Amino acid sequence: MGVRTWIEGWPVYRQLTGTDPLGRGAAAMSPRSAALTARTETADSMARSVCPYCAVGCGQRVFVKDGRVSQIEGDPDSPISRGRLCPKGSASKNLVTSELRQTTVRYRRPYSREWEDLDLATALDMIADRVIAAREATWEDSDDEGRPLHRTLGISSLGGATLDNEENYLIKKLFTALGALQIENQARI
Amino acid sequence: MAEAHPVGFQWVMEAKERGAKVIHVDPRFTRTSALADLYVPIRAGTDIAFLGGIVRHILENELDFREYVVAYTNAATIVSEEFRDTEDLDGLFSGYDPTTGTYNPESWQYAGQEHDGVRFDTSTERETAGGLQHESHGHPVQGRPERDETLRHPRCVYQILKRHYARYTPEMVERTCGIPADKFEEVARAWTENSGRERTSALIYSVGWTQHTVGVQYIRTGAIIQLLLGNMGRPGGGILALRGHASIQGSTDVPTLFNLLPGYLPMPLVKHTTFTEWVESIRHPEQKGFWNNARAYSASLLKAYWGDAARPDNDFCYDYLPRMTGDHGTYRQVLDMIDGKVKGYFLLGQNPAVGSAHGKLQRLGMANLDWLVVRDLFMIESATFWKNSPEIETGEIVPEECRTEVFFLPAASHVEKEGTFTQTQRLLQWREKALDPPGDCRSELWFFYHLGRVIRQKLAGSTLSRDRAILDLAWDYPTHGRDDEPSAEAVLFEINGYEVATRRPLSAFTQLRDDGSTVGGCWIYCGVYADGVNQAARRKPGREQSWVAPEWGWSWPANRRILYNRASADPEGRPWSERKAYTRWDPDKGEWTGPDVPDFEKTKPPSYRPPADATGVEALSGIDPFIMQGDGKGWLYVPSGLIDGPMPTHYEPAESPVRNPLHGQQANPTRRTYRRPANPTNPSPPEPHSDVFPYVFSVSRLTEHHTAGGMSRTVKYLAELQPEMFVEVSPELAAERGLVHLDYAHVVTSRAAIEARVLVTDRLTPLWVEDRVIHQIWLPYHWGGEGLATGDSANDLFGITLDPNVLIQESKVGTCDIRPGRRPVGKALLDYVADYRRRAGLTGDHRTPILTTDAVEREKP
Repeated sequence: MGVRTWIEGWPVYRQLTGTDPLGRGAAAMSPRSAALTARTETADSMARSVCPYCAVGCGQRVFVKDGRVSQIEGDPDSPISRGRLCPKGSASKNLVTSELRQTTVRYRRPYSREWEDLDLATALDMIADRVIAAREATWEDSDDEGRPLHRTLGISSLGGATLDNEENYLIKKLFTALGALQIENQARI
Repeated sequence: MAEAHPVGFQWVMEAKERGAKVIHVDPRFTRTSALADLYVPIRAGTDIAFLGGIVRHILENELDFREYVVAYTNAATIVSEEFRDTEDLDGLFSGYDPTTGTYNPESWQYAGQEHDGVRFDTSTERETAGGLQHESHGHPVQGRPERDETLRHPRCVYQILKRHYARYTPEMVERTCGIPADKFEEVARAWTENSGRERTSALIYSVGWTQHTVGVQYIRTGAIIQLLLGNMGRPGGGILALRGHASIQGSTDVPTLFNLLPGYLPMPLVKHTTFTEWVESIRHPEQKGFWNNARAYSASLLKAYWGDAARPDNDFCYDYLPRMTGDHGTYRQVLDMIDGKVKGYFLLGQNPAVGSAHGKLQRLGMANLDWLVVRDLFMIESATFWKNSPEIETGEIVPEECRTEVFFLPAASHVEKEGTFTQTQRLLQWREKALDPPGDCRSELWFFYHLGRVIRQKLAGSTLSRDRAILDLAWDYPTHGRDDEPSAEAVLFEINGYEVATRRPLSAFTQLRDDGSTVGGCWIYCGVYADGVNQAARRKPGREQSWVAPEWGWSWPANRRILYNRASADPEGRPWSERKAYTRWDPDKGEWTGPDVPDFEKTKPPSYRPPADATGVEALSGIDPFIMQGDGKGWLYVPSGLIDGPMPTHYEPAESPVRNPLHGQQANPTRRTYRRPANPTNPSPPEPHSDVFPYVFSVSRLTEHHTAGGMSRTVKYLAELQPEMFVEVSPELAAERGLVHLDYAHVVTSRAAIEARVLVTDRLTPLWVEDRVIHQIWLPYHWGGEGLATGDSANDLFGITLDPNVLIQESKVGTCDIRPGRRPVGKALLDYVADYRRRAGLTGDHRTPILTTDAVEREKP
């Protein structure tokens, strides 16, 4: 290492002579930190998203590398959040990549002590059968005065505030057509 | 706000930097208080007394924005001479019926409209949370009531309001709320001095206001103040509801709620036997405003639901809609589950075992179903109640005896699907999909589309009349990708609406028709797909557009960012001041203009006065800014549409250690109760034994956790930041009860006892109320038995008592005892709580009195 290189390798020298007089950027870099690359730069793709927690609606940028979410950051373009995220929004990469996430269907038989595995298509078919049966068992065509009721009070549903508008729309549309009235979500609490 | 909506709070700090004064009123000192100019501790459940004091301060000192108030509110309107106030009847308004616990509001009407043929059925309205349909509009009134614009008529709203709040003096505020008079006066001064032509004040609330037996009336009191001070419809003003989930606004607009259809169209009642009867009950042919077009909104919705089958000659398949006969809300459902009336239950990203009031009843209800479907990211408490819950510990649920069949279906996360959230400002933002969901994880869009498809296949060929609605359903969404995911854009397109003949997207709800020629899945969202462009996906950076940022996302209605912004200009259409200019009338162009979309017919001049026989939109004059209201005015006084009275009055919470200082009537006489032994209410004065539960408690969120913990106690960083359930108490209460910092304590109500670590801080302070000290304690409500951080659930402490207007539970205030050490376990826990019930007199056929005044008897001739 020559003297010149040695001097230029000294952060104070770079701070005094370079473009970083406050010493918070290039001047403070070691060879190792200078060689580092942000995950956001090497990502395969980036999706513009919205934080899933409270209703402020902070913009998120979701970076994907090799089929995995590699980083989630605040979106500086958002006039709502200006790139900022709170502790929850900042931790949302772990929300979506957590090893605690359930990724298979689980099934508990009546009176059982344990979960079992179940195929997704089978589960969907079994649930459809149960909806039809519950509806048949509890169907109310009309009241005592003969006025139409066209409903079942044998089926309930709860939740929607964490879901998309399009999802809420289909949920309400399907349940209404089934005559299932008892549809509720977090807005009631 | 700094705790639960931290990134939104940056704008409060921005305002503070520019000189705004920030005032924080809360039972507990929080991060918001730390950054406020003034922190005001308050006794939980007394906000109407506090805000009523501000109303009195405004009216007694004539500090209202008189020009605004006269022109834009109903202050001048004359009320019926039959009306009697709570001040006359010891806490009741005229018309109370003790047998139903509801009011006949005929005497509350505007003069001359008392007996206009409208039949009130407030008992049914309470059962069906009728107030909720007014989220986008007021209750009907006729358009042209009598007015006295001098505001001197003794029965004009202004004078009625003045009499109603005359006793809400600073001294009364101090006695009731525990707020020293000088501190109260500082708030009153700051608020009024910062309102008027040149300045505006904003009011921000959250579920600390809604989760009460008088929650709607809390917000009404805020509305009265903001209207009197001229802060509505103006920049920097308004009442801002900070909502708590990413799309809780969206799930109210496009509702998964029992009493609503999309766009706040009410679910029909059994009495609405025909389409026309239903529509007329919404539009009220005689009234002003945009609800007059409800027939077009309703027909277009039914057309979206039943497609080609929905025709004018069959009332658009109106017969297919299920009918309400009463209360079908979530708490009623849970009691019906316990009683064996409900067969199956879907849980879609909600965790009632932790998040809903009276956790034990929630879990016992789930344990008595035929089947339960849980769709979530993580294994939540509501999925595992049959193997891991407090009732397993006590033996109330035994796995081998629990018959509920449980399906856990993993859900796709927010990055694994595309679609829109509607955030707290009514802004729709489209999310792009980053990647496919793992394994069996699927979106709700996938699950419900395919569930519907399979059910339709299984029922194909059915000749039963009940199956027509499902077989005729318009259910042909295009699918794509590995999993046959339905197209969210196609659903959004249907929500927006289109012309049937051409499939051309509509750009405004004024294009919706009642003749079957248009489809519109949610009329208030019409325009989100204007010009065939997904307007919610617009992402023009904030720094490249005006401060209103109209090209970021899309807000309903019509991309308006400030509602009722016609009120930002004076009656002649000129800005109230250049400093607060927003929407104004441009006489040269003959149109309303400004940085936002004007919330008024674009070319209707300020000078417009409707012909005498006009109705609907035509009947709105050029000075009627509140265009969804039946009379075009902001309502200081609500003649109908509220179950519990035309003006907010202070009632104590359903559980309170304090006798109501203002009235003989202790608590809201119309609150919704469910009487059964498993749902007792702790005694309050004038009942005996309120000393068994001497302390007030409240619950709320931590910055580091989210709701019932399903999305945060499972996230390692968040679980590490806030690892354990705790209870916060003042040093004074710690000394009184022998509680030691970081040791365990347990909190007891007549429903449950839960344990937590003790946090002794001076963030809670004893309050001096009615010559005695009131201690308040605080708990976070995020914990349960699953996830990385586990603990007892604070919501187990609450009973089920609801606001009568919207059926939201009182879970921001209750009474309790607190004792050092851990709670008993197993059966001993049940005995321990039962002993408290016995000491509190809550045994046998005990009934909590609803009426605590004899004013009704005295009123009788």
